[in-house]
Amino acid sequence: MMQPNEFHPIAYSAAFYFFGLTALASAIAFVTRKSPVAAAMWLVNVMFCLAGLYVMLDAQFIGAIQVLVYAGAIMVVFLFVIMLLNLGHASELADARGRWGQVLALLVGLALVAPLLALSKGDLLNRMIPPDLAARAAAAAAAPTAGGVIGPVAEPLFKEYLLAFELTSVLLLAAIVGAVVLGKRRTDAR
Amino acid sequence: MLAEALALSAVLFAIGVIGVLTRRNAIIIFMCVELMLNAVNLSFVALSTLYGASGQVFVVFTMTVAAAEAAVGLAIIIAIFRHVKTVNLQNINLLKG
Repeated sequence: MMQPNEFHPIAYSAAFYFFGLTALASAIAFVTRKSPVAAAMWLVNVMFCLAGLYVMLDAQFIGAIQVLVYAGAIMVVFLFVIMLLNLGHASELADARGRWGQVLALLVGLALVAPLLALSKGDLLNRMIPPDLAARAAAAAAAPTAGGVIGPVAEPLFKEYLLAFELTSVLLLAAIVGAVVLGKRRTDAR
Repeated sequence: MLAEALALSAVLFAIGVIGVLTRRNAIIIFMCVELMLNAVNLSFVALSTLYGASGQVFVVFTMTVAAAEAAVGLAIIIAIFRHVKTVNLQNINLLKG
């Protein structure tokens, strides 16, 4: 289940590390760019690499959605706002905080990443693996999967999480109305 | 590959936090928040290889909320920009005593 059979394990690992390290390097480039447009382009690169990782982790539908929604729609909105406000040039004002602020932020980041890394490496991860994983994987492989790669995602979405799904549509409607109200130019100056 | 994916997710989240804490451009801070959401999505997908496709359903929800948040947040940034003609958060200090 973890490694699809059609890939050679070494090729799988190599591609996984390629996507992962590219995502990491792009993320670091993203937070250090001065120009908002360059930062947005690096963030798009991060999102493409994450889409590749999703496909490799057997989540092909999420990978496609990642490219369409994140790298496509959301980043286009960001670039559109950058263009609308004419912010494409690197900001000449002090964009980053002072040296002490940066050191403090680095310490906060390290304090955050250390326990998370320990959690993902340590014994806890092994304890998280359900004991009947092999049996479940075998059962999943034996059972005919209806709907290909989308079926397993769509079924809980429209059965177990149907209420959340409907509430999400209300949230989107509220977001649309809110964005229009906030973005609209006031005609009556009060 | 699960441990590597979770570690990458942790590091990406920390990079996003560092970006929020160090930058002062409101749009870049907003993109750092998106990076953090992406990092959490990666954990969801990685753990869905163990626990079934429910994690992927939550990724769909996260993406929807992220899209709504981006629309409203960028509209707020545009409204602020109309008032103060900047997106540098150092100059937006109305609440500072």
